[in-house]
Amino acid sequence: MAVARPFDKLPALNSAALLLVGTDGSAQQRLAEAVLRERREFEISIHLATSLPLPAERDHLRPRIDLIVFIIDIKSKYSLKNVEASLAYVDASFFLGKVCFLVTGVGRVNNCSIEMNAIWKLRDVYCSPVLLCELEVERIQATTAQRLLRMLQICAGHVPGVSALTFGSLMRSSADD
Amino acid sequence: MDEVVAEYIRRTVLKIPRDEIMGVLRKWGFLSETQLGAINFRQTKDSISQEVVQLCEENSADIKQAAILDIIYNNIYPNKRVWSVYQMKKTGEETDLFDFTNFKKKFKRRLQSALKNVTISFREYEDNAIWIRIAWGTPYTKPNQYKTSYVVYHSQTPYVFISVSVLKSNLPLLCQALVVASNYHDIREMELRSHCLNSLKDIVFKRYSQNFQTHYPKQEKNVATENVDVRIIQEDKSEKERIQRVNREVFGDGPQPKLEFAQYKLETMFKSDPKMDVLEKREPFRCLVKFSSPDLLESLKSLVPAGMADAPLSPLLTCIPQKARNYFKIRERKGVLPGSFVRP
Repeated sequence: MAVARPFDKLPALNSAALLLVGTDGSAQQRLAEAVLRERREFEISIHLATSLPLPAERDHLRPRIDLIVFIIDIKSKYSLKNVEASLAYVDASFFLGKVCFLVTGVGRVNNCSIEMNAIWKLRDVYCSPVLLCELEVERIQATTAQRLLRMLQICAGHVPGVSALTFGSLMRSSADD
Repeated sequence: MDEVVAEYIRRTVLKIPRDEIMGVLRKWGFLSETQLGAINFRQTKDSISQEVVQLCEENSADIKQAAILDIIYNNIYPNKRVWSVYQMKKTGEETDLFDFTNFKKKFKRRLQSALKNVTISFREYEDNAIWIRIAWGTPYTKPNQYKTSYVVYHSQTPYVFISVSVLKSNLPLLCQALVVASNYHDIREMELRSHCLNSLKDIVFKRYSQNFQTHYPKQEKNVATENVDVRIIQEDKSEKERIQRVNREVFGDGPQPKLEFAQYKLETMFKSDPKMDVLEKREPFRCLVKFSSPDLLESLKSLVPAGMADAPLSPLLTCIPQKARNYFKIRERKGVLPGSFVRP
């Protein structure tokens, strides 16, 4: 079964790999480019996919994935269904801080197709943080890219004293307040 | 000159964008070149239209000429009206040579025998299209020049494009007159409607790029095509290529005909969990699903590549150009297999 597992490969030196999963290919591409524009001190590779599981043929070429970001477009029920289906192919140990949900399109209040309750349910069931953003605004796209990059850094273990799990529980407790 | 005619010409000219007025008047050919040259196009459209009316007054324009101007306007700007497509049927195989004069005579005679108060005008165009303008009156009132219907008939085909105005009650009469005049024996509505007349013609004359099963040689994607950053990896490139290929097969390569709506009238039974027992009576659940878009077929074509729907799309959506209709009635399929099918 082609399930994504967090520790089935050895990490590479001073590098991190980010996996973006979502139905809107062009938005993913733009977000990936925004992440690459940010200043950082490690090698990065960004993998874009529409859904999981990832094609098995390329598995040997793939590095260890440090952070999976599931992108949901609040204007598209289809994107939510796609993410829900893909979640089944992620090993449970990924959800210890190495998964996050990115909800885009929140700027257009009139076009929301997904209820926020569905999003909060995902957050609670999978114990993973939810980031809200509007990728069509340049400034917000850059900020989101910075946040993802910082999370990636932590999940790849580049920040001494802070593990993915620590960070995950930190985000969760601050959200509950 | 009749006041009605003057006002009608004035209003028609007002509808035309300022820069195109000269072109339309020239096509009309009713005013001489010197008269056209005298018009000052730098003033407001209001004043331009007044000038045109004065010149028409000099030439003693009557309703016939005004009607021709209106046909020309609608021929240049057909997309301001909604067009419906009709198909005529012949009994035998006799292909009579089309005689325009005969057609006009028969049409006028048939229409006027039922309703005397109509203004009927014809204009023939190069692509074998005949434009007919009818201004409707009632048995007791003169024709109202603002209550008009237009017919575009391509004499070499059994297709007629009709833009009916508010007076839908006159439609059967109009259809009858067309059938009689063109030597057919029946006419039916094709349930195909749009603002874009040319797209309707493209669909029925099959002038759009159709989805043939073409096999393209495997194109080696040159890396130099886009500045691909090696740090960004597309994990499902082969899936994306498959989607593009399927899309191309379904929709063809060229631009799609322009439709604004697709409407599905459901007369199917509501299928619910038997325990829920939502509807006590086993009656069809009446439901209308309407898709609207500035360019419906192009949007459908972009749905899957944009990641908004699964491939393949429902055949109910993709069959629209082939079936040449965008208004459907979906009834329950009777028989062993449950489901629904499309019926005219």
